[in-house]
Amino acid sequence: MASASAPGKNYINEKSGLWSWLTTLDHKRIGILYMISVMCFFAIGGTFAMLIRLELFSVGPTIMTAHTYNQVMTFHGAIMVFMVIIPGIPAFLGNFILPLQLGAKDVAFPRVNLMSWYCLMIGAAVAMFSLFYNGVDTGWTFYTPYSISTQNGTIMMVVGAFIIGFSSILTGLNFIVTVHKLRAPGMTFWRMPLFVWALYSTALLQVLATPVLAITLLLLTAERLMGIGIFDPKLGGDPVLFQHFFWFYSHPAVYIMILPAMGVVSELIATFSHKTIFGYKAIALSSVGIAAVSFFVWGHHMFVSGQSEIAGILFSFITMLVGVPTAIKVFNWVATLYRGSIRFDSPLLFALGFLFLFTIGGVTGIILAVVGVDVHFHDTYFVVAHFHYVMVGGTLMAIMGGIYYWFPKMFGRMVNEFWARISFVLIFVGFNVTFFPQFILGAMGMPRRYFDYLPEYQSLNRISSVGAWTIGTGFLIGLGVIIHGLLKGEKAGDNPWGGKTLEWQTVSPPPHENFNYQPVVTAGPYEYR
Amino acid sequence: MLSSASTNSHFMPPQGTQIAQNVDSLYEFLLIISLISCILVIAGLIYFAVKYRRKSEDEKTPYIAHNSTLEFLWSFIPFVLFMVVFVWGWIVYSQLRTMPTDALEIAVQGQKWNWSFTYKNGRQTSAELFVPVDQDVRLVMNSVDVIHSFYIPAFRYKQDVVPGRYTNIWFHAEKAGDYQVFCAEYCGDQHSGMLAKLHVVPREQFETWLGNDPYQGLPPVEVGRKVYTTRCIACHTLTDQKNVGPGYKGLFGKTEKLEGGGTVLVDENYIRESMMDPNAKIVQGFGPQSVMPTMAGQLNEQEISGMIEFIKSLK
Repeated sequence: MASASAPGKNYINEKSGLWSWLTTLDHKRIGILYMISVMCFFAIGGTFAMLIRLELFSVGPTIMTAHTYNQVMTFHGAIMVFMVIIPGIPAFLGNFILPLQLGAKDVAFPRVNLMSWYCLMIGAAVAMFSLFYNGVDTGWTFYTPYSISTQNGTIMMVVGAFIIGFSSILTGLNFIVTVHKLRAPGMTFWRMPLFVWALYSTALLQVLATPVLAITLLLLTAERLMGIGIFDPKLGGDPVLFQHFFWFYSHPAVYIMILPAMGVVSELIATFSHKTIFGYKAIALSSVGIAAVSFFVWGHHMFVSGQSEIAGILFSFITMLVGVPTAIKVFNWVATLYRGSIRFDSPLLFALGFLFLFTIGGVTGIILAVVGVDVHFHDTYFVVAHFHYVMVGGTLMAIMGGIYYWFPKMFGRMVNEFWARISFVLIFVGFNVTFFPQFILGAMGMPRRYFDYLPEYQSLNRISSVGAWTIGTGFLIGLGVIIHGLLKGEKAGDNPWGGKTLEWQTVSPPPHENFNYQPVVTAGPYEYR
Repeated sequence: MLSSASTNSHFMPPQGTQIAQNVDSLYEFLLIISLISCILVIAGLIYFAVKYRRKSEDEKTPYIAHNSTLEFLWSFIPFVLFMVVFVWGWIVYSQLRTMPTDALEIAVQGQKWNWSFTYKNGRQTSAELFVPVDQDVRLVMNSVDVIHSFYIPAFRYKQDVVPGRYTNIWFHAEKAGDYQVFCAEYCGDQHSGMLAKLHVVPREQFETWLGNDPYQGLPPVEVGRKVYTTRCIACHTLTDQKNVGPGYKGLFGKTEKLEGGGTVLVDENYIRESMMDPNAKIVQGFGPQSVMPTMAGQLNEQEISGMIEFIKSLK
């Protein structure tokens, strides 16, 4: 097989027709498939978010009943977690960029890669179908015994999440093998870009943690369909056991969501300050460290669940340990800016926005990890604000920054810089207006997952709703920027930002097998000297 | 304004117990170090970003790969801070979780979507909990259906209420007053309506209240109204509008179509049966399974008859 494509041919125009996309084995095309799917899911999940904020604009029923609200809240959570944030960076940006950054022709198992996309799509279809089949009102956490006693759509949603889990496992497996086996000559582990390190740590979590969720969801389905007593006390089961199983996956899943975002931010900060990253090894190893420790902190979701006091104290202690590598990363990024040559293009704005919001998300995480204080904050809006600061302020900011950063590589065109910046300003300001008041609501004692609330909470809820619509506008403009860039964007060079990692050494858009020659690596990833 | 009075710090609810004050002291310390950390990071970020913005395209940057002293400091200082707040949090948590001996014990039952309380002398209440001021009180809690969570913001205390096991909390209220109780674990349609009021009252008032027959001298229809406002209001309206369950206005004497065919006349016996065994005959639109919890063992004869009279009175 010829390794070099014909001149003028790239992965986009190599073949044509819908069928060539649906059966493609090219990691770049699969990355684009993920991009389209994740953007569609994000639009749906985001619509549910807007409905939630509209309902909570005023005390009392506003636009829907309590029952409908609980379903909207469940779908918002489940779609955003399982279909947007978990696949968002690894499966979309990671699929496209990881083999390029390693100097590989593709991932290790291209067919498995395509299969993982179909798993996501089938799982998503099954989960969404529950909307028309009685709905689901359990929240994305499916806590027993509520999820055993409520309507039947729950089974569809649980089975959907089960199938989506395989998408995540297969992607993780593929990345681990790719990193071990397909690095270009000279690409040692210590020369891998930090985005690759982050994806590698994430992949370990995906492979090791997701099966636990799969088993748990299977047990839940068996209990519902066959009445086997595992979690339901009426059948001799233990409802708190479900929480242990669920968070044993879902806590590492939080790092499946945030570690890749940290990887993106490392790339953006190095490139846009044109400077060697500070503390490369510390950042790389802290990703692995966070991944390892994240398996032992699940009980901090359960401080008031009835688990033993000793367990609560131990989980509080171990959770503090996650704080250290996280703090190290933040300090390293800030230190990289020192004496850099910083260009304020839109991707960097998103990286700086990430640092700003993630720092707030991080320190409030420490507040919640302090067990005596969490007894008050647990299950209030303080928690809602905290995890949105991490997941939206962290992961979604990184996705937006990553899209604008790699857009020229993916499509050979530039986005409109002015409108990209406008989208940043609206998302950033809107985000703080939405979620900062929720910290205060939580301190005041407003519990989460409330369809209705006491009158004293109304003014802050109104501010929050206005903020949400601002974020919504920001993302709509972002969508416009992407579509405009695709159709009318200026032609980009191969390396418009002056990046040093391997993906910038090939042409834009890359040819079918990524490089027209075999890249050989002789130095680290951020050699700006 | 933020930290003005001892009763209300940083948007937290009023402090109803000594432990609430201890929680708030720790919370204030956390807020201060969080604020300092955020300011350091964000100010550094903005300062560097502005100071070192690119002036020309061929600028050279220095090669600074690491600095051991700096890296040690920014790992070690956070670690020490984390350990301080961890131990402090542990101390406060122990205060919350160490149950006093000789406390006044009250049984709490969570049920979709109502809290009920049983005192040692058999007195039962619903949605309203009375306790004496300046006395150790311990709540022994259990749920009959799904997981709920008993949350008193003024005491900075919540604890899940789990079916199939008992959990407990304790408190020593310092001041008389009324405090809000929420359900903090999602439990379905009326989760946000599963509220209760905690009344902390002087000891003599509590003793009198405890010895009283709550329905003394009330006609049955008023007994029913009291039961309604504490137990049924979350799901049933007093109009003819359906909420989770049917509205009560004009309900008595109606002939209703049943799930799976047939009809039923809403008379005294049907109302009683629907309260005791909600799944026996389900009216169309409320099936296939009724979400109404059974009131068998929850209401006494006087309350059941009162409810029937109350519904009858709503024509």
